[in-house]
Amino acid sequence: MPQTTLPIELTVNGTLRGIDVAPHHTLLEVLRDDLQLTGSKECCLVGECGACTILVNGRSVDSCLVLAVEADGADVLTVEGLASPDGRLAPIQAAFLDQGGVQCGFCTPGQLMSAHALLAGHPHPTRAEIEEGMAGNLCRCACYEQIFAAIDQAASGAAPAVTGASVRAEAGDAWAGAKTSAEGLDQ
Amino acid sequence: MRPFTYARPDTLADAVALLAERGAEARVLAGGTDLIIRLRDGSVRPEVVVDVKRVPELAPGIRARDGGMLVIGATTTMTEIAAHPLIRRDVAGLAEAAAVVGSVQIRNRATLAGNLCNASPAADTAPSLLVHGAVVVAHGLAGERRIGLDDFFVRSGLTTLAPGELVVAIEIPASGHGRIASAHQRRTRRRGHDLASVTLACGLDATGLTRIAYGSVGPRPILRLDTTGVLAAAASTDEARTPIFEAIFADATPSVRSMRAGAEYRLAMLRVLGRRALATAQARLAAGE
Repeated sequence: MPQTTLPIELTVNGTLRGIDVAPHHTLLEVLRDDLQLTGSKECCLVGECGACTILVNGRSVDSCLVLAVEADGADVLTVEGLASPDGRLAPIQAAFLDQGGVQCGFCTPGQLMSAHALLAGHPHPTRAEIEEGMAGNLCRCACYEQIFAAIDQAASGAAPAVTGASVRAEAGDAWAGAKTSAEGLDQ
Repeated sequence: MRPFTYARPDTLADAVALLAERGAEARVLAGGTDLIIRLRDGSVRPEVVVDVKRVPELAPGIRARDGGMLVIGATTTMTEIAAHPLIRRDVAGLAEAAAVVGSVQIRNRATLAGNLCNASPAADTAPSLLVHGAVVVAHGLAGERRIGLDDFFVRSGLTTLAPGELVVAIEIPASGHGRIASAHQRRTRRRGHDLASVTLACGLDATGLTRIAYGSVGPRPILRLDTTGVLAAAASTDEARTPIFEAIFADATPSVRSMRAGAEYRLAMLRVLGRRALATAQARLAAGE
Protein backbone atom coordinates (compact mmCIF):
# COMPACT_ATOMS: atom_id res chain seq x y z
CA MET A 1 0.00 0.00 0.00
CA PRO A 2 1.45 3.39 -0.94
CA GLN A 3 1.71 5.98 1.79
CA THR A 4 -1.28 8.30 2.00
CA THR A 5 0.43 11.44 3.18
CA LEU A 6 3.76 12.61 4.60
CA PRO A 7 4.28 15.66 6.80
CA ILE A 8 6.65 18.30 5.42
CA GLU A 9 7.74 21.73 6.56
CA LEU A 10 8.77 24.43 4.14
CA THR A 11 9.09 28.18 4.09
CA VAL A 12 6.88 29.76 1.45
CA ASN A 13 7.38 33.47 0.74
CA GLY A 14 8.89 33.94 4.17
CA THR A 15 6.27 32.02 6.16
CA LEU A 16 7.00 28.60 7.65
CA ARG A 17 4.26 26.14 6.64
CA GLY A 18 3.66 22.64 7.93
CA ILE A 19 1.52 20.51 5.64
CA ASP A 20 0.70 16.88 4.90
CA VAL A 21 1.30 16.01 1.27
CA ALA A 22 0.72 12.96 -0.89
CA PRO A 23 4.07 11.57 -2.11
CA HIS A 24 2.93 11.66 -5.73
CA HIS A 25 1.84 15.31 -5.63
CA THR A 26 4.18 17.85 -7.18
CA LEU A 27 5.24 21.03 -5.48
CA LEU A 28 3.17 22.90 -8.07
CA GLU A 29 0.04 20.98 -7.10
CA VAL A 30 0.62 21.58 -3.40
CA LEU A 31 1.26 25.30 -3.90
CA ARG A 32 -1.86 25.74 -6.01
CA ASP A 33 -4.32 23.28 -4.46
CA ASP A 34 -3.26 23.08 -0.80
CA LEU A 35 -1.75 26.50 -0.20
CA GLN A 36 -4.03 28.38 -2.64
CA LEU A 37 -1.04 30.09 -4.26
CA THR A 38 -2.39 29.99 -7.81
CA GLY A 39 0.12 32.40 -9.36
CA SER A 40 2.35 29.56 -10.55
CA LYS A 41 0.71 28.02 -13.60
CA GLU A 42 0.35 24.44 -14.80
CA CYS A 43 0.96 24.15 -18.52
CA CYS A 44 3.28 21.74 -20.37
CA LEU A 45 4.16 19.46 -17.41
CA VAL A 46 7.39 18.36 -19.09
CA GLY A 47 9.77 21.20 -18.19
CA GLU A 48 9.65 23.05 -21.49
CA CYS A 49 7.38 26.07 -20.93
CA GLY A 50 8.46 27.46 -17.55
CA ALA A 51 4.96 28.65 -16.53
CA CYS A 52 5.40 26.91 -13.16
CA THR A 53 8.82 28.43 -12.40
CA ILE A 54 9.49 29.16 -8.74
CA LEU A 55 12.65 29.53 -6.66
CA VAL A 56 13.67 26.71 -4.32
CA ASN A 57 16.58 27.65 -2.06
CA GLY A 58 17.29 30.59 -4.36
CA ARG A 59 17.40 28.58 -7.58
CA SER A 60 14.76 28.60 -10.30
CA VAL A 61 13.08 25.26 -10.95
CA ASP A 62 10.04 23.96 -12.82
CA SER A 63 7.75 23.18 -9.89
CA CYS A 64 5.84 20.64 -12.02
CA LEU A 65 9.02 18.52 -11.96
CA VAL A 66 9.56 18.62 -8.19
CA LEU A 67 7.73 16.36 -5.77
CA ALA A 68 6.35 18.31 -2.83
CA VAL A 69 8.07 15.90 -0.42
CA GLU A 70 11.41 16.82 -1.98
CA ALA A 71 10.86 20.41 -0.80
CA ASP A 72 10.77 19.33 2.84
CA GLY A 73 12.91 21.91 4.66
CA ALA A 74 13.27 24.14 1.60
CA ASP A 75 12.87 27.88 1.21
CA VAL A 76 10.37 28.55 -1.58
CA LEU A 77 9.66 31.84 -3.35
CA THR A 78 6.65 32.12 -5.64
CA VAL A 79 5.39 35.05 -7.69
CA GLU A 80 3.11 35.97 -4.76
CA GLY A 81 6.25 36.72 -2.75
CA LEU A 82 7.78 39.25 -5.16
CA ALA A 83 5.70 42.30 -4.23
CA SER A 84 6.18 43.84 -0.80
CA PRO A 85 3.54 43.07 1.83
CA ASP A 86 1.91 46.47 1.29
CA GLY A 87 1.25 45.54 -2.32
CA ARG A 88 4.00 47.60 -3.91
CA LEU A 89 5.31 45.79 -6.97
CA ALA A 90 8.92 44.64 -7.17
CA PRO A 91 10.97 46.61 -9.74
CA ILE A 92 10.92 43.67 -12.17
CA GLN A 93 7.11 43.49 -11.98
CA ALA A 94 6.73 47.23 -12.58
CA ALA A 95 9.20 47.00 -15.47
CA PHE A 96 7.13 44.22 -17.11
CA LEU A 97 4.10 46.52 -17.04
CA ASP A 98 6.12 49.53 -18.22
CA GLN A 99 7.48 47.69 -21.22
CA GLY A 100 4.34 45.80 -22.22
CA GLY A 101 5.93 42.51 -21.25
CA VAL A 102 2.52 41.21 -20.15
CA GLN A 103 -0.04 40.31 -22.79
CA CYS A 104 -2.37 37.44 -21.90
CA GLY A 105 -0.48 37.05 -18.62
CA PHE A 106 -0.48 33.27 -18.36
CA CYS A 107 3.29 32.87 -18.63
CA THR A 108 4.01 36.06 -16.65
CA PRO A 109 4.48 34.54 -13.17
CA GLY A 110 7.06 32.09 -14.52
CA GLN A 111 8.73 34.79 -16.61
CA LEU A 112 8.96 37.03 -13.54
CA MET A 113 10.52 34.30 -11.43
CA SER A 114 13.14 33.49 -14.09
CA ALA A 115 13.87 37.20 -14.52
CA HIS A 116 14.16 37.58 -10.75
CA ALA A 117 16.61 34.64 -10.56
CA LEU A 118 18.59 35.96 -13.54
CA LEU A 119 19.00 39.42 -11.98
CA ALA A 120 19.99 37.91 -8.65
CA GLY A 121 22.92 36.15 -10.37
CA HIS A 122 23.64 38.78 -13.04
CA PRO A 123 22.63 42.26 -11.82
CA HIS A 124 23.56 43.71 -15.24
CA PRO A 125 22.98 40.89 -17.73
CA THR A 126 24.12 41.09 -21.35
CA ARG A 127 21.66 40.37 -24.13
CA ALA A 128 23.13 36.85 -24.45
CA GLU A 129 22.78 36.26 -20.71
CA ILE A 130 19.16 37.42 -20.82
CA GLU A 131 18.37 35.13 -23.77
CA GLU A 132 19.99 32.15 -22.04
CA GLY A 133 18.51 32.98 -18.64
CA MET A 134 15.00 33.20 -20.09
CA ALA A 135 15.26 30.26 -22.55
CA GLY A 136 13.21 28.03 -20.26
CA ASN A 137 10.15 30.29 -20.39
CA LEU A 138 7.90 30.30 -23.42
CA CYS A 139 5.44 33.10 -24.25
CA ARG A 140 2.79 32.26 -26.84
CA CYS A 141 1.96 35.95 -27.21
CA ALA A 142 5.62 36.35 -28.23
CA CYS A 143 6.38 39.23 -25.88
CA TYR A 144 10.03 38.26 -25.81
CA GLU A 145 11.44 41.64 -26.86
CA GLN A 146 9.24 43.46 -24.34
CA ILE A 147 10.24 41.01 -21.60
CA PHE A 148 13.92 41.49 -22.42
CA ALA A 149 13.40 45.27 -22.35
CA ALA A 150 11.75 44.94 -18.95
CA ILE A 151 14.76 43.02 -17.62
CA ASP A 152 17.05 45.73 -19.01
CA GLN A 153 14.94 48.37 -17.29
CA ALA A 154 14.96 46.57 -13.96
CA ALA A 155 18.73 46.01 -14.25
CA SER A 156 19.35 49.67 -15.00
CA GLY A 157 17.61 50.61 -11.78
CA ALA A 158 15.57 53.21 -13.65
CA ALA A 159 12.57 54.33 -11.67
CA PRO A 160 9.55 52.56 -13.10
CA ALA A 161 7.02 54.77 -14.81
CA VAL A 162 4.37 52.56 -13.25
CA THR A 163 4.37 52.38 -9.49
CA GLY A 164 2.48 49.84 -7.50
CA ALA A 165 -0.08 52.45 -6.51
CA SER A 166 -0.71 53.63 -10.05
CA VAL A 167 -1.04 50.08 -11.29
CA ARG A 168 -3.73 49.42 -8.75
CA ALA A 169 -5.50 52.64 -9.72
CA GLU A 170 -5.41 51.67 -13.37
CA ALA A 171 -6.57 48.14 -12.65
CA GLY A 172 -3.36 46.64 -13.96
CA ASP A 173 -3.66 48.08 -17.46
CA ALA A 174 -0.30 47.23 -18.98
CA TRP A 175 -0.88 49.47 -21.98
CA ALA A 176 -1.27 52.49 -19.73
CA GLY A 177 2.14 51.68 -18.30
CA ALA A 178 3.68 51.29 -21.75
CA LYS A 179 2.27 54.66 -22.82
CA THR A 180 3.58 56.38 -19.70
CA SER A 181 6.97 54.91 -20.45
CA ALA A 182 6.92 56.11 -24.06
CA GLU A 183 5.96 59.62 -22.97
CA GLY A 184 8.84 59.55 -20.54
CA LEU A 185 11.24 58.88 -23.39
CA ASP A 186 9.95 61.87 -25.38
CA GLN A 187 10.87 64.32 -22.68
CA MET B 1 0.28 10.67 -11.18
CA ARG B 2 -0.15 7.12 -9.87
CA PRO B 3 0.45 6.90 -6.09
CA PHE B 4 3.73 5.46 -4.80
CA THR B 5 5.65 5.23 -1.56
CA TYR B 6 8.43 7.79 -1.13
CA ALA B 7 11.64 6.77 0.61
CA ARG B 8 14.48 9.08 1.54
CA PRO B 9 17.35 7.00 2.90
CA ASP B 10 19.99 8.83 4.95
CA THR B 11 22.77 6.30 4.40
CA LEU B 12 24.26 4.53 1.39
CA ALA B 13 23.74 1.16 3.09
CA ASP B 14 20.01 1.86 3.54
CA ALA B 15 19.66 3.06 -0.05
CA VAL B 16 21.40 0.02 -1.50
CA ALA B 17 19.47 -2.39 0.75
CA LEU B 18 16.16 -0.82 -0.25
CA LEU B 19 16.99 -0.96 -3.96
CA ALA B 20 18.09 -4.60 -3.64
CA GLU B 21 14.97 -5.56 -1.69
CA ARG B 22 12.47 -3.83 -3.99
CA GLY B 23 14.20 -4.59 -7.30
CA ALA B 24 12.12 -3.56 -10.29
CA GLU B 25 9.45 -2.07 -8.00
CA ALA B 26 11.83 0.77 -7.10
CA ARG B 27 13.03 3.77 -9.09
CA VAL B 28 15.83 6.11 -8.08
CA LEU B 29 14.97 9.82 -7.88
CA ALA B 30 17.80 12.34 -8.22
CA GLY B 31 16.98 15.57 -10.12
CA GLY B 32 13.62 14.26 -11.32
CA THR B 33 13.71 16.08 -14.66
CA ASP B 34 13.23 12.80 -16.53
CA LEU B 35 11.70 10.57 -13.84
CA ILE B 36 8.81 12.85 -12.87
CA ILE B 37 7.78 13.23 -16.51
CA ARG B 38 7.75 9.43 -16.84
CA LEU B 39 5.90 8.95 -13.55
CA ARG B 40 3.24 11.32 -14.83
CA ASP B 41 2.85 9.76 -18.27
CA GLY B 42 2.78 6.28 -16.74
CA SER B 43 5.74 4.92 -18.70
CA VAL B 44 7.30 3.96 -15.35
CA ARG B 45 5.07 2.71 -12.54
CA PRO B 46 7.21 2.10 -9.44
CA GLU B 47 5.82 1.05 -6.07
CA VAL B 48 8.55 3.00 -4.33
CA VAL B 49 10.50 6.10 -5.36
CA VAL B 50 13.89 6.27 -3.66
CA ASP B 51 15.11 9.86 -3.31
CA VAL B 52 18.90 9.59 -3.00
CA LYS B 53 19.62 13.29 -2.50
CA ARG B 54 20.23 12.94 1.25
CA VAL B 55 22.72 10.09 0.99
CA PRO B 56 26.03 11.72 2.03
CA GLU B 57 28.19 9.70 -0.39
CA LEU B 58 26.13 10.99 -3.34
CA ALA B 59 26.20 14.62 -2.18
CA PRO B 60 26.74 17.33 -4.77
CA GLY B 61 30.27 18.62 -5.07
CA ILE B 62 33.43 18.47 -7.15
CA ARG B 63 36.62 17.46 -5.37
CA ALA B 64 40.20 17.11 -6.58
CA ARG B 65 41.61 13.87 -5.20
CA ASP B 66 45.32 12.99 -4.85
CA GLY B 67 46.86 12.04 -8.16
CA GLY B 68 44.88 14.58 -10.14
CA MET B 69 41.51 12.79 -10.15
CA LEU B 70 38.37 14.96 -10.19
CA VAL B 71 35.48 13.35 -8.34
CA ILE B 72 31.97 14.59 -9.08
CA GLY B 73 29.26 13.57 -6.59
CA ALA B 74 26.35 11.75 -8.24
CA THR B 75 23.77 14.42 -7.44
CA THR B 76 25.88 17.37 -8.62
CA THR B 77 23.70 19.50 -10.88
CA MET B 78 24.48 20.72 -14.39
CA THR B 79 24.50 24.30 -13.04
CA GLU B 80 27.25 23.43 -10.57
CA ILE B 81 29.31 21.55 -13.17
CA ALA B 82 29.05 24.31 -15.78
CA ALA B 83 30.22 26.93 -13.27
CA HIS B 84 32.96 25.03 -11.47
CA PRO B 85 36.48 26.48 -12.02
CA LEU B 86 38.28 23.08 -12.04
CA ILE B 87 35.83 21.62 -14.56
CA ARG B 88 36.07 24.71 -16.75
CA ARG B 89 39.88 24.57 -16.63
CA ASP B 90 40.57 20.82 -16.90
CA VAL B 91 37.42 19.35 -18.46
CA ALA B 92 36.29 22.22 -20.69
CA GLY B 93 34.14 20.05 -22.96
CA LEU B 94 32.11 18.87 -19.97
CA ALA B 95 31.57 22.44 -18.73
CA GLU B 96 30.35 23.38 -22.23
CA ALA B 97 28.03 20.37 -22.41
CA ALA B 98 26.55 20.91 -18.94
CA ALA B 99 25.87 24.56 -19.84
CA VAL B 100 23.59 23.60 -22.76
CA VAL B 101 21.50 20.86 -21.13
CA GLY B 102 17.87 22.00 -21.03
CA SER B 103 17.12 25.43 -19.57
CA VAL B 104 18.30 27.16 -16.39
CA GLN B 105 15.42 25.51 -14.51
CA ILE B 106 16.39 22.06 -15.79
CA ARG B 107 20.11 22.58 -15.13
CA ASN B 108 19.33 23.61 -11.55
CA ARG B 109 17.82 20.16 -10.95
CA ALA B 110 19.28 17.71 -13.48
CA THR B 111 22.18 15.69 -12.08
CA LEU B 112 25.23 14.26 -13.80
CA ALA B 113 24.54 10.70 -12.61
CA GLY B 114 20.92 11.05 -13.74
CA ASN B 115 22.03 12.13 -17.21
CA LEU B 116 24.27 9.04 -17.46
CA CYS B 117 21.85 6.54 -15.87
CA ASN B 118 19.01 7.53 -18.18
CA ALA B 119 21.41 6.52 -20.94
CA SER B 120 19.76 8.72 -23.52
CA PRO B 121 21.68 8.47 -26.81
CA ALA B 122 21.45 12.28 -26.89
CA ALA B 123 22.88 12.82 -23.37
CA ASP B 124 25.03 15.91 -23.77
CA THR B 125 27.49 15.14 -20.98
CA ALA B 126 28.33 11.66 -22.31
CA PRO B 127 30.66 12.54 -25.22
CA SER B 128 32.90 14.83 -23.15
CA LEU B 129 33.07 12.34 -20.29
CA LEU B 130 33.97 9.59 -22.79
CA VAL B 131 36.85 11.54 -24.32
CA HIS B 132 38.17 12.29 -20.83
CA GLY B 133 38.12 8.60 -19.84
CA ALA B 134 35.56 9.07 -17.05
CA VAL B 135 34.77 6.21 -14.69
CA VAL B 136 31.42 5.56 -13.01
CA VAL B 137 31.71 4.58 -9.33
CA ALA B 138 28.79 2.31 -8.45
CA HIS B 139 27.76 0.83 -5.12
CA GLY B 140 25.68 -2.26 -4.55
CA LEU B 141 25.22 -4.97 -1.94
CA ALA B 142 28.47 -6.54 -3.17
CA GLY B 143 30.35 -3.31 -2.53
CA GLU B 144 31.98 -0.76 -4.82
CA ARG B 145 32.64 -1.20 -8.52
CA ARG B 146 34.30 1.07 -11.08
CA ILE B 147 32.91 1.00 -14.60
CA GLY B 148 34.65 2.79 -17.47
CA LEU B 149 32.01 5.00 -19.08
CA ASP B 150 32.48 3.28 -22.46
CA ASP B 151 31.46 0.02 -20.74
CA PHE B 152 28.48 1.68 -19.02
CA PHE B 153 26.08 2.45 -21.88
CA VAL B 154 24.15 -0.35 -23.58
CA ARG B 155 21.30 1.40 -25.37
CA SER B 156 18.66 4.03 -24.68
CA GLY B 157 17.55 3.63 -21.07
CA LEU B 158 19.86 0.68 -20.36
CA THR B 159 23.26 0.62 -18.65
CA THR B 160 25.50 -2.13 -17.29
CA LEU B 161 24.58 -1.20 -13.71
CA ALA B 162 23.50 -4.36 -11.91
CA PRO B 163 20.03 -4.45 -10.34
CA GLY B 164 20.20 -2.57 -7.05
CA GLU B 165 23.44 -0.78 -7.92
CA LEU B 166 23.57 2.96 -7.39
CA VAL B 167 25.97 5.47 -8.97
CA VAL B 168 27.85 7.24 -6.19
CA ALA B 169 30.22 9.45 -8.17
CA ILE B 170 31.91 10.04 -11.50
CA GLU B 171 35.71 10.17 -11.60
CA ILE B 172 37.63 12.05 -14.28
CA PRO B 173 41.40 11.67 -14.69
CA ALA B 174 42.60 15.28 -14.85
CA SER B 175 45.94 16.96 -14.20
CA GLY B 176 48.70 14.43 -13.55
CA HIS B 177 47.15 11.93 -16.00
CA GLY B 178 48.33 13.66 -19.14
CA ARG B 179 46.28 16.72 -19.90
CA ILE B 180 43.40 16.29 -22.32
CA ALA B 181 42.13 19.47 -23.97
CA SER B 182 38.49 19.01 -24.92
CA ALA B 183 35.64 20.77 -26.68
CA HIS B 184 31.92 20.03 -27.04
CA GLN B 185 29.69 20.82 -30.02
CA ARG B 186 26.03 20.15 -30.69
CA ARG B 187 23.23 20.86 -33.13
CA THR B 188 19.65 21.45 -32.09
CA ARG B 189 16.48 22.25 -34.05
CA ARG B 190 16.32 25.71 -32.57
CA ARG B 191 18.35 28.00 -30.35
CA GLY B 192 17.60 27.95 -26.67
CA HIS B 193 16.13 24.92 -25.02
CA ASP B 194 16.19 21.72 -27.07
CA LEU B 195 17.51 18.17 -27.19
CA ALA B 196 20.56 17.52 -29.34
CA SER B 197 20.17 16.31 -32.92
CA VAL B 198 23.90 15.62 -32.81
CA THR B 199 26.15 15.95 -29.75
CA LEU B 200 29.92 15.49 -30.01
CA ALA B 201 33.16 16.04 -28.12
CA CYS B 202 36.82 15.94 -29.09
CA GLY B 203 39.69 15.38 -26.66
CA LEU B 204 43.33 15.83 -27.51
CA ASP B 205 46.55 15.27 -25.58
CA ALA B 206 50.21 16.19 -26.11
CA THR B 207 51.04 12.73 -27.53
CA GLY B 208 48.82 13.39 -30.55
CA LEU B 209 46.13 10.89 -29.55
CA THR B 210 42.70 12.22 -30.54
CA ARG B 211 39.47 10.96 -29.02
CA ILE B 212 36.11 11.73 -30.58
CA ALA B 213 32.81 10.74 -28.99
CA TYR B 214 29.37 11.38 -30.41
CA GLY B 215 25.74 10.77 -29.60
CA SER B 216 22.17 11.11 -30.87
CA VAL B 217 23.14 9.12 -33.98
CA GLY B 218 22.53 5.59 -32.72
CA PRO B 219 21.39 3.58 -29.72
CA ARG B 220 24.25 4.74 -27.48
CA PRO B 221 27.09 7.29 -27.46
CA ILE B 222 30.17 6.11 -29.34
CA LEU B 223 33.88 6.68 -28.56
CA ARG B 224 36.54 6.36 -31.27
CA LEU B 225 40.29 7.07 -31.21
CA ASP B 226 42.73 8.30 -33.81
CA THR B 227 46.10 6.80 -32.95
CA THR B 228 47.80 7.89 -36.20
CA GLY B 229 48.35 11.44 -34.99
CA VAL B 230 46.98 12.79 -38.28
CA LEU B 231 43.92 14.49 -36.76
CA ALA B 232 45.98 16.14 -34.04
CA ALA B 233 48.86 17.35 -36.21
CA ALA B 234 48.55 21.04 -36.93
CA ALA B 235 50.16 20.54 -40.36
CA SER B 236 47.59 17.96 -41.54
CA THR B 237 45.43 18.97 -44.46
CA ASP B 238 41.70 18.40 -44.48
CA GLU B 239 42.26 15.88 -47.30
CA ALA B 240 44.54 13.89 -44.97
CA ARG B 241 42.05 14.08 -42.11
CA THR B 242 38.98 13.17 -44.14
CA PRO B 243 39.51 9.37 -44.31
CA ILE B 244 40.18 9.31 -40.56
CA PHE B 245 37.01 11.24 -39.79
CA GLU B 246 35.11 8.89 -42.12
CA ALA B 247 36.41 5.85 -40.21
CA ILE B 248 35.56 7.49 -36.86
CA PHE B 249 32.00 8.28 -37.96
CA ALA B 250 31.42 4.92 -39.71
CA ASP B 251 29.55 3.61 -36.66
CA ALA B 252 26.91 6.35 -36.66
CA THR B 253 23.51 4.80 -37.36
CA PRO B 254 20.94 7.59 -36.96
CA SER B 255 17.32 6.50 -37.02
CA VAL B 256 15.41 7.46 -40.13
CA ARG B 257 12.28 7.76 -38.01
CA SER B 258 13.54 10.30 -35.47
CA MET B 259 11.58 13.53 -35.44
CA ARG B 260 14.44 15.84 -34.42
CA ALA B 261 16.50 15.63 -37.60
CA GLY B 262 16.88 13.51 -40.71
CA ALA B 263 19.56 10.83 -40.82
CA GLU B 264 21.35 12.49 -43.74
CA TYR B 265 21.49 15.81 -41.91
CA ARG B 266 22.85 14.21 -38.75
CA LEU B 267 25.57 12.39 -40.66
CA ALA B 268 26.55 15.60 -42.44
CA MET B 269 26.58 17.58 -39.21
CA LEU B 270 28.73 14.97 -37.44
CA ARG B 271 31.50 15.75 -39.90
CA VAL B 272 31.11 19.51 -39.45
CA LEU B 273 30.99 19.33 -35.64
CA GLY B 274 33.93 16.90 -35.56
CA ARG B 275 36.12 19.41 -37.40
CA ARG B 276 34.95 22.31 -35.25
CA ALA B 277 35.52 20.47 -31.98
CA LEU B 278 38.96 19.32 -33.14
CA ALA B 279 39.95 22.89 -34.03
CA THR B 280 38.80 24.18 -30.63
CA ALA B 281 40.55 21.37 -28.76
CA GLN B 282 43.76 22.03 -30.73
CA ALA B 283 43.60 25.73 -29.85
CA ARG B 284 43.00 24.87 -26.19
CA LEU B 285 45.87 22.41 -26.08
CA ALA B 286 48.20 24.95 -27.71
CA ALA B 287 47.08 27.70 -25.32
CA GLY B 288 47.57 25.43 -22.33
CA GLU B 289 43.97 26.10 -21.33
